[in-house]
Amino acid sequence: MQELLQQLANGIAWGSIYALIALGYTMVYGILRLINFAHGDVYMVGAFTAYFSARALGAGGVDPSPAYALLVLVIAMAACAALGVLIEFFAYRPVRRSSRLTALITAIGVSLLLENLGIRIFGADPKFFPQLIAPRNITLTEGVVVTNHQITVVLVSMALMVGLTLFVTRTRTGKAMRAVAFHRDAASLMGIPVNRIITITFAIGSALAAAAGVLVGLTNPKIEPLMGIMPGVKAFVAAVLGGIGSIPGAVIGGLTMGVSEYLVVGYVSSTFRDAIAFIILILVLLIKPTGLLGRNVAEKV
Amino acid sequence: MKRIGSAVAIAVVFALIPALLLSVGCAKRADEIVVGEYGSLTGTTATFGISTKNGIELYMDGMNAAGGIGGTKVRVIVEDDQSRPEEAATAVSKLIDQDGVIAVLGEVASSRSMAAAPACQNAGVPMISPSSTNPKVTEIGDHIFRVCYIDPFQGMVIAKFAKSTLGLDRAAILRDNKNDYSVGLANYFAEAYKALGGTIVADEAYAEGDQDFKAQLTVLRAKKPQFIMVPGYYTEVGLIARQARELGITAPMLGGDGWVSDRLLEIAQDALNGSYFVNHYWEKDTNPAIQKFVTEFRARYKATPDGLAALGYDAAGVLVNALKRLREEDPKAFNALKGPRGDAQTAARAKLRDLIASTKDFPGVTGRITLDAARNAVKPAVFLGIKNRQYEFVAAVEP
Repeated sequence: MQELLQQLANGIAWGSIYALIALGYTMVYGILRLINFAHGDVYMVGAFTAYFSARALGAGGVDPSPAYALLVLVIAMAACAALGVLIEFFAYRPVRRSSRLTALITAIGVSLLLENLGIRIFGADPKFFPQLIAPRNITLTEGVVVTNHQITVVLVSMALMVGLTLFVTRTRTGKAMRAVAFHRDAASLMGIPVNRIITITFAIGSALAAAAGVLVGLTNPKIEPLMGIMPGVKAFVAAVLGGIGSIPGAVIGGLTMGVSEYLVVGYVSSTFRDAIAFIILILVLLIKPTGLLGRNVAEKV
Repeated sequence: MKRIGSAVAIAVVFALIPALLLSVGCAKRADEIVVGEYGSLTGTTATFGISTKNGIELYMDGMNAAGGIGGTKVRVIVEDDQSRPEEAATAVSKLIDQDGVIAVLGEVASSRSMAAAPACQNAGVPMISPSSTNPKVTEIGDHIFRVCYIDPFQGMVIAKFAKSTLGLDRAAILRDNKNDYSVGLANYFAEAYKALGGTIVADEAYAEGDQDFKAQLTVLRAKKPQFIMVPGYYTEVGLIARQARELGITAPMLGGDGWVSDRLLEIAQDALNGSYFVNHYWEKDTNPAIQKFVTEFRARYKATPDGLAALGYDAAGVLVNALKRLREEDPKAFNALKGPRGDAQTAARAKLRDLIASTKDFPGVTGRITLDAARNAVKPAVFLGIKNRQYEFVAAVEP
């Protein structure tokens, strides 16, 4: 029982990182019907931005402080928001009116570009994230130990997810985003600046990926230029599982992915760690292709 | 207009190709012997390749400065395999086919040595691995050598150390399933440990490159082992140790020479205090040969040479020693090694192979090196302990 609770606790912390990345996939897909394969690499850039800004600030040395951690988080999110906007402007906007396949291949191209630029600029050998917050073990109940880092990860992700939900449902911009997602041309006719809304969507999605990158650096301090590939794919599966286009769906999908990964490694075999993501993907596509919270959309012929 | 531009570009590229080929062809000067080296200068095990490269460089530069092999210098061409087996095979093919090297030095990781060794074996180019310990490496063929001990020995000494010296009866294993070295060492350790009367309470696995090990560690924790055997490479070992402490596991960890890296404790921080691992030598040994090596290495690279640097130095030494003997015994064959590919050079390389195989009592910094019939070296293992983020000598185990 202790073992199960421990696996669940770790799985939730790990899953909230997937959830944050999945949110970016889901938002972009909801609005552009584009699977932004470069998203996992934006997460990598976020982790590296945080790494370099933390070192530039001299944080994580003798005296780790949460204020620095927050500053580093904000810098990484801002940098990646800018990166997301640039990617959209230079790579996706020119092909927006082309077929969806063109956009998809462009996305794969951007992804490979970021990965290899990462190797070129940051180097292929892993870097180790400085300790931004002094580590401490917290015993939840007998035999269930988590770190303050894991708790930070869960709390920060929850805060960002709640913030995003409020933004999308309560603000004018959020309303405009939903309108563009519902019908882009009709929204445009209603006077909604579609281009600006899409830019904002990319900025928010990329900032969330950057936050995931910083949080992963906090708990799992090894970062390297190809670190975004697997989490990117898994977060995509999480988004599909939850119902791509749905914000609560992405959160549920991410947490499910994290927990199922832990349970598979703990009770079956570690060799299935990555396989479980794809088993879930296949099952979802076979049983409920719209995902857990996805709506059925009639295809217009 | 655009089309004309690209046509011009293509023409320029094609015009350049012969020029490039010529410059490569001319690069080979007459009075030198060209040796290839492949290693992980970047990637997850970057310190393995860098340490080895520095060790080899230190030996070769010293030897060349002292007049080379009777006036002939040895030039080493280094290729980076990015810590990836498939790149290792490509790197070695390039060294053999394009650079025309007459011998190859490398790799540290057994998986990568095994990926590249067939190319050397097929081309008849002797390869000396400084520090691949999996027995299968030299089984690939009669041109593949190593200057370190092998994993059955390493696994056995770790098992004995845990059972007899530390008096621990319950072991857990956390192995890297993607890595031949780790799987082999884990098996040899388990076999020896059980034969000594110890119990393996859990045997879990991860894959090289993983970031998160808490699921496996949670399973291990429930079985209450007295120590955890982690036969992996330093990056993962450091992360595993940290995450184990985060789960409240206080049991010490034991490991093999995959831990040897100056980054190990930077990654693990305090998590490995109280743990032990096997190395190939001890840098504070009072032996004058070791101290001379350590002093020279420090002066040049501003770092303490680790076990892999010492083995790189010795691998270069064994090769040069064989070349020197070749020059004395058969100067014609020695000169053929400087020339182009051909029958004369093939015969000379076969002779070089025989001379490497007959290496006996070579005085290396990691001990006396004698190659046995299976082309392996029989050498002592050195146990190091970790205390307050410092290494300390525990014991040397003779074979």
